[in-house]
Amino acid sequence: MAQFITLTARAVVLAVDNVDTDQIIPARFLKVTDKAGLGGALFCDWRKDPAFVLNQPAAQGAQILVAGDNFGCGSSREHAPWALIAGGFRAVISTSFADIFHNNALKNGLLPVVVTPALHRELVAQLGREPELQLTVDLEAQQLSWPGGAATQFPIDPFARDGLLRGIDQLDYLLGHAEQIAAFEARQQA
Amino acid sequence: MGKTLFERVWDAHVVAQQPGHPALLYVDLHLIHEVTSPQAFSGLRARGLGVRRVERTLATMDHSTPTLPGGYAAADGPGAAQLRRLEENCREFGIELHGLGSSRNGIVHVIGPELGRTQPGMTVVCGDSHTSTHGAFGALAFGIGTSEVEHVLATQCLLQTRPEPYEVRIDGRLRPGVTAKDIILALIGRIGTAGGTGYVLEYTGSAIRGLDMEGRMTVCNMSIEGGARAGMIAPDDATFEYLAGREHAPRGQAWLRALERWRALPSDPDARYAKTTTIDGSALEPMITYGTNPGMAIPITAPIPSPEAAPAGTDQPTLEKALRYMGLQPGKPLLGQKIDVVFVGSCTNSRIGDLRAAASVLRGRRVAAGVRTLVVPGSQQIKRQAEAEGLDRVFREAGAEWREAGCSMCIAMNGDQLQPGQYAVSTSNRNFEGRQGPGGRTFLASPLTAAACAVTGQVTDVRTLLADGAAAPAVGRA
Ligand code: SF4
Repeated sequence: MAQFITLTARAVVLAVDNVDTDQIIPARFLKVTDKAGLGGALFCDWRKDPAFVLNQPAAQGAQILVAGDNFGCGSSREHAPWALIAGGFRAVISTSFADIFHNNALKNGLLPVVVTPALHRELVAQLGREPELQLTVDLEAQQLSWPGGAATQFPIDPFARDGLLRGIDQLDYLLGHAEQIAAFEARQQA
Repeated sequence: MGKTLFERVWDAHVVAQQPGHPALLYVDLHLIHEVTSPQAFSGLRARGLGVRRVERTLATMDHSTPTLPGGYAAADGPGAAQLRRLEENCREFGIELHGLGSSRNGIVHVIGPELGRTQPGMTVVCGDSHTSTHGAFGALAFGIGTSEVEHVLATQCLLQTRPEPYEVRIDGRLRPGVTAKDIILALIGRIGTAGGTGYVLEYTGSAIRGLDMEGRMTVCNMSIEGGARAGMIAPDDATFEYLAGREHAPRGQAWLRALERWRALPSDPDARYAKTTTIDGSALEPMITYGTNPGMAIPITAPIPSPEAAPAGTDQPTLEKALRYMGLQPGKPLLGQKIDVVFVGSCTNSRIGDLRAAASVLRGRRVAAGVRTLVVPGSQQIKRQAEAEGLDRVFREAGAEWREAGCSMCIAMNGDQLQPGQYAVSTSNRNFEGRQGPGGRTFLASPLTAAACAVTGQVTDVRTLLADGAAAPAVGRA
């Protein structure tokens, strides 16, 4: 799995709450049998609007998405983080994430960063004034910072953090428990 | 302190748990479909792994699946390629598949219970968020991503952090015209699309007990739309009656032993929930959504909310954006809004009771001129039963299309879809922008409401049709 240690990059603000995975990647792009090449499908229907943020010059090269509340709700499609990654994103900052999206993102090295509503407002305002601002997401220190702003801690499940820092795949961890799984199955049969 | 139903099922499936780590949770039943599995099988192949327990794995074709006869030939190129890939994967790894042409084919969340594969106390997962449906049987059932599909195929286990139990208590007797779908839309309208995040909902109360298994599945199905990991209902005699004699249900002595286990599952009287919400079932009205997420739901007679008074979980710009997309005016009634399409189907409302409810309104009536009505049974078994009851004739005579089983216009991957700008009343579970086709606009409602709207060509309170002499549709278990 992709490693994540620290990232310094520009950010783009998508100021909409409850963005569902059908918007991140519409269902008609799910008729694929591999994970690659989904970048063109990212927010495809919203991109038809020239005013959409991802169509703005300032969004080019941004690797951090600052999203609204409850990002990634709806369908469990892992194509959503695949498309975000293919679209160049490495982290999403929001006040909250939907469960399945959150899990899927972590498994693909796309870091979900949860911040307080107050910090979110401050960040959005700052990016409004300075679209070129570089944010730093430091997973080791669990800190989000930017020039001129105070560094803030963000929460993350320690197990997921460890996996991302070391680029360890969860399947290896699971396979390492073969004996316990066999013992459980034997108990269940009894 | 006692345990909740959720805690009991969770605790019984923890294989290992290191401090500070997520639990290794054992999966009893793994359901698979064509859209979220191909990359998982490729992953297995790349690592040289097999499927750990094929007999706990069951596959079907539903999402990209054509609902017109003709099998693969009726699917478009990429859809057919995806379906063939599933067939190849199942053959190579030895997984039971109910594909195109199988008499047991159908939507994954319809056939699991129908075949008796879904049973109380089980853990059930699928690369599909509406796996929560199976919680109606007292199973812990939830959707997973494709990486996790690969994990389960390889190890029959998942890494999971433990959610908290949340009681949703609905008491009272539902009034005529009010169904399971209205209960769940009312709940999500109340708590919002993130109200259940981090929780497993347990639905309790007399209104839930009064629902048949199909109604309970409708309620649990949409738990995910409230953000919950899963929804559950304690098993009772209705559950056991439903399961008795089904193809994969235990028989003889095994059935008696299973009953004993299942009867011990319900939450203890002194069990504690992290949170509780109560709803008066007897006060509910038929519900409908007006916006672009299932939390944007109102009683069908209510005006469209105005952004200044945005409901729970919705901020003002989000509501404004939704109303713009929907082409609706705040403060105006939704009743009377002209519609173009009616869809009766999906894993929320495509079971025999749903079809009977829709047919009870359509019998002896015609679909309004200019309205396209699509009725899509959830499985081939349901299709056969509906045809044996003559429901297909009721639909056809009313001017509706009667299709093969599949997800169809719920997700619009198989060619069944709205045109840009069209309005649909749909019995499915998602009204997201473009969900039923790019630019399409969806009002979610019950099969009764959908059928009523088909007849009038506009958003209609089904109770006005019930009053003018139509046979009162059976709702719940009476
Ligand atoms: S019917 Fe709709 S919600 Fe249900 S499994 Fe199919 S696409 Fe998903």
